[in-house]
Amino acid sequence: MNKILAKRKLAPNVTEYVVDAPRVAKHANAGQFIILRVDEDGERVPFTICDFDREKGTVTILVQEIGYSTIKLNSLGVGDCIHDFVGPLGKPTDLSEFKNIVLVGGGIGTAVIYPQAKNLKREGKPADVIVGARNKELIMYEKEFRESARELFLTTDDGSYVRKGFVTDVLKELIPIKKYDCVFAVGPMPMMRAVSELTREMKIPTVISMNSIMVDGTGMCGCCRLTVGGETKYACIHGPEFDGHLVDWAEAINRSRVFKEQEKEHLCFLKVDSSR
Amino acid sequence: MAVIKRNRTKMPEQNAAVRARNFDEVSLGFDSEQAKCEAERCLNCKNAPCKTGCPVGVNIPEFLQELRNGDVAAAGKIIKSTNSLPSVCGRVCPQENQCEKMCVRAKMEGAVAIGSCERFVGDYMLKNGAQAEKVKSCGKKVAVIGSGPAGLTCAAELANHGVEVTVFEAFHKAGGVLVYGIPEFRLPKELVQAEIDALKEKGVKIELNTVAGKSVTVEELRKEYDAVFIGSGAGLPMFMKIAGENLNGVLSANEYLTRVNLMKAYKKESPTPVQSGKNVAVIGAGNVAMDAARTALRLGAETVTIVYRRGREEMPARAEEIHHALEEGIKLELLTNPIEMIGDENGRVKSLRCVRMQLGEPDASGRRSPTPIAGSEFMLDADMVIVALGTSPNPMIKDSCPEIGTSKRGTLVVDEDMMTNLDGVYAGGDAVTGAATVILAMGAGRKASCAILGKLGVL
Repeated sequence: MNKILAKRKLAPNVTEYVVDAPRVAKHANAGQFIILRVDEDGERVPFTICDFDREKGTVTILVQEIGYSTIKLNSLGVGDCIHDFVGPLGKPTDLSEFKNIVLVGGGIGTAVIYPQAKNLKREGKPADVIVGARNKELIMYEKEFRESARELFLTTDDGSYVRKGFVTDVLKELIPIKKYDCVFAVGPMPMMRAVSELTREMKIPTVISMNSIMVDGTGMCGCCRLTVGGETKYACIHGPEFDGHLVDWAEAINRSRVFKEQEKEHLCFLKVDSSR
Repeated sequence: MAVIKRNRTKMPEQNAAVRARNFDEVSLGFDSEQAKCEAERCLNCKNAPCKTGCPVGVNIPEFLQELRNGDVAAAGKIIKSTNSLPSVCGRVCPQENQCEKMCVRAKMEGAVAIGSCERFVGDYMLKNGAQAEKVKSCGKKVAVIGSGPAGLTCAAELANHGVEVTVFEAFHKAGGVLVYGIPEFRLPKELVQAEIDALKEKGVKIELNTVAGKSVTVEELRKEYDAVFIGSGAGLPMFMKIAGENLNGVLSANEYLTRVNLMKAYKKESPTPVQSGKNVAVIGAGNVAMDAARTALRLGAETVTIVYRRGREEMPARAEEIHHALEEGIKLELLTNPIEMIGDENGRVKSLRCVRMQLGEPDASGRRSPTPIAGSEFMLDADMVIVALGTSPNPMIKDSCPEIGTSKRGTLVVDEDMMTNLDGVYAGGDAVTGAATVILAMGAGRKASCAILGKLGVL
């Protein structure tokens, strides 16, 4: 049982939770994730660790309310407990070999690049940050990125804020000027694929973070497997970060859809209204 | 004592056609009359060959003697002195290769049904709440990693000697393979829970949601505890490395069984989804393959086919599981190996391209190795494929504790006392042997507990 210490809405359907989890916080590093179950009968769902405080023993996660469990989680308030909260899982990020990094976040992927931005600043090599969202309302952590990024670039699909365009449009413009030696991109799979395809041509090392479907998160079930450079890897223990140029994106995207139909039926069956 | 010829007492079972569609336990267990009657078949051999066949050395003739006399509690006490989980072992041990294989009656009209008797006694003990005595603390603390058969056994033995034990479990529920792997119809989860509750009554603490190597490191545990036992289990499911294996509809038996057993995906109201298929192929022929195949049948598959590259004789599953599976209507495609998985336009598996095999000369392990027969390729329809080919060691402990000794395969290496190269750090079960049986893991947990007690000066 882990208590929710703070909760705030960052965007429509996106909520930030600060959770009391001393053991997780003690061992957490940027790039890792946790798995939670909302209640006693809940499913196991992975979330990236967005922030942590070792002294306070807290872990911050960002949750987009898109399915049964995330909507159910949203029904909990400050002081309520999340039934199970386990981690940190996966390998921490290692960007030590790079000096001039750009972090690219799309939608909920912002949760993954935020701790990286903080980390890189602390290490004395602050990164440029590109954040993209469908519209202005969905841009998250702008203030926080202003504090930790070398330079922040925002873009919206509909042009409702700063500029109109995808993160790849911004990245394409910046690469010739900024001469990045690494692109760290996290967001929906099609966005990570688009970034990887762009940087492959330009031969810029690109790290992505997989948000695969998981059960145990400890290597035991193989549900999160993907093909990287022709080899099967498990996102939970070999990742979640991989070389974006080596990922078989078509396969990964197909695998991410495996429960799509069932989820729809399920929400219906469980009488959860996903439109709210 | 005169040897009376009497056939082995058959355990009552649910009708095959009915049980193939429900998750209730298949074997119904002896009643006291049947148990007594079967115990009477024991010849009480002086050299007790059955006992030598038991990985934890249960004193079989003695407990059967008590059972025959009608003193079930006394029988339970005898079993419990070397086996902390009789209800579990009575159900899942491969007795035909262990105690019952050694039984003198095996060569006559059938071995004494030792497993069934053990199950009867174990269940009696759970039902009649044979109170666990809390032993006075000896002032020592031991950390146990993993709450599967190895960890539970080690913890129980240590607690019996007054050691303060804390078990660290990665999942949200204790029991390891007993809860995520073995299905309800073969091992009711209520029983496992009762065993775990009994352990807690003895004073054993269980910390759930704690992944060794991640939430807590072996180094931290070494500092805090007088000894550490690692029973972290087998690890990563193996796949075949053939084309199409990552198509939707293809999954490991571990994933399938965990979703169904631990996450209760067989219940409609469960938030955890599980894939389903009309024509299910299960690759492999061990106990896990049988469990997966029979689960698929219960979840509504029209056909379930076991695809195995060797023959009927070589199938590694317990005889009873194969027998039950066949009775329930599971089909066998023996001497058959899949070489490619083929998908439909939605990226979901629709068939397996297979090749027929023949058995050649015995290999290093003594098993006859299968080779493909040229030109024998054929297609097998399957809209779901479950891969049950065993596991490879989980690298998580090693990654967080690089100094711990592992084999080339990645399994933990232990000495004759079950101790790793790190002083005071012991290991046992599948983490050491690779995927094996519940009882072997229990044997290892027990052996390690004795060594730990010796090392801590408790014994």
